[in-house]
Amino acid sequence: MLKLLFHIGRYFVLMKRVFSRPERWRVFLRQTIREIDSIGVSSIVIVLIISVFMGAVCAIQMAYNLQNPIIPRYLIGLGTRETMLLEFSSTIVALILAGKVGSNIASELGTMRVTEQVDALEMMGVNSASYLILPKITAFVLFIPVLTVFSMAIGIVGGYLASFGTKGLTPHDYVVGITSFFQPFYVTYSLVKSLIFAFIIASVSSYHGYYTNGGALDVGRSSTHAVVYSSIVVLLFNVILTKLML
Amino acid sequence: MIEVRNVYKEFSGHQVLNDICAEFEPGKTNLTIGQSGSGKTVLLKCIAGLHAVSSGDILYDNRSFAAMNDKQRKAIRKEMGMVFQGGALFDSNTVEENVMFPLEMFTKMSYEERRDRANFCLKRVNILNANDKYPAEISGGMQKRVAIARAIALNPKYLYCDEPNSGLDPVTSIVIDNLIKEITIEYNITTIVNTHDMNSVMEIGDKIIFIYKGHKKWEGTSAEIFDTGVKELDDFVFASSRMKQLRDLNR
Repeated sequence: MLKLLFHIGRYFVLMKRVFSRPERWRVFLRQTIREIDSIGVSSIVIVLIISVFMGAVCAIQMAYNLQNPIIPRYLIGLGTRETMLLEFSSTIVALILAGKVGSNIASELGTMRVTEQVDALEMMGVNSASYLILPKITAFVLFIPVLTVFSMAIGIVGGYLASFGTKGLTPHDYVVGITSFFQPFYVTYSLVKSLIFAFIIASVSSYHGYYTNGGALDVGRSSTHAVVYSSIVVLLFNVILTKLML
Repeated sequence: MIEVRNVYKEFSGHQVLNDICAEFEPGKTNLTIGQSGSGKTVLLKCIAGLHAVSSGDILYDNRSFAAMNDKQRKAIRKEMGMVFQGGALFDSNTVEENVMFPLEMFTKMSYEERRDRANFCLKRVNILNANDKYPAEISGGMQKRVAIARAIALNPKYLYCDEPNSGLDPVTSIVIDNLIKEITIEYNITTIVNTHDMNSVMEIGDKIIFIYKGHKKWEGTSAEIFDTGVKELDDFVFASSRMKQLRDLNR
């Protein structure tokens, strides 16, 4: 328990250092653009692949479970859409990105720590926490809405593709379903969740990477901790935000 | 000049430095020697401000580090340059960008001025035609020289080198040693070098401090080191039988 409190306290102390005025705005902007490319743009392909397959599987399973003459067929499309909007494109994508982006951030910062690059920054009088972590958090939080909306669209398209050749589902029924009873708030809800998840993933992973101590083995350990703890915190906040917003 | 006054440092109850007092003069290459784990690097990091001392004080030209506020500490760091054991060059930056980095962060120089200064520093350490290479693409000796170029980019008053020869062959080690010595004299820098390389001790050591288990055991020059009467230092310097034979021959 004491250890947990120690980590929480140290996390907030680190965040205080991270959210201080950058030494040079020009450098901060350049770093952020670089991070958008390395964290955000490079995640598009994995989000695309996962979303299209998940959308397809979602539609097929709904069709399989809703084979009842009194249940309208369009509900399959509607259900797929709601699943993608409410949960998959924010939470599941966040968990996948915790693995990809979280381990990337932690291993990068951990390597910089064990090879004394962080010390070199401190030595020069640079606030290493702000210089290294703030662009990562900013980039990920700025880019996550793009990934979320992209995932929603691709997931729904995946369901549409699955409607060809799936027993009990026609493309026409699916299109009727995804265009019925649309609630724009669901998109807002999903985007708000994804923004908070992006902050959690980037900051928790940065915390584990920044405080790496030791050598190569410890960098690997920090990466694992980053993925595990950011996933747990994401799931915890998923419940809290769902309770608060729905 | 850097003065170390009664410095103690402990980590989680383990005493690493005990009552260290020393003076490091400008224009001289000051060496800290000792076995691995003796506390050399911790002392250097305390002097560089990377570790807070448990008690005692460090004075930079009579300016007490303990009495400084955060702003003053940040300002004095700009007067320091450090060469880390592994070079600590930024992996994602090219050689030129590494040297330009402190200039970009702390000066109002234009891009052309920064590039000119970086090229001047790189030329000074004999790095030519490697500006666009990444640290992983150059040799260990070149990395150390680039680290020296980065450390002197802002014209520091104090230069710290933590085992600059580690992992280098004897010829490259001498090149790095001579470079540190030349730069120290040329810019009248207060230089502190951590080493356990006896070649460095004999080649560039103007003043030598011997640390043993966190205590300062001896202080003197390279000419005096062979006849100190300090057992721990003798054990360190004459660790090999060849060195002992050499000492006996000299006597």
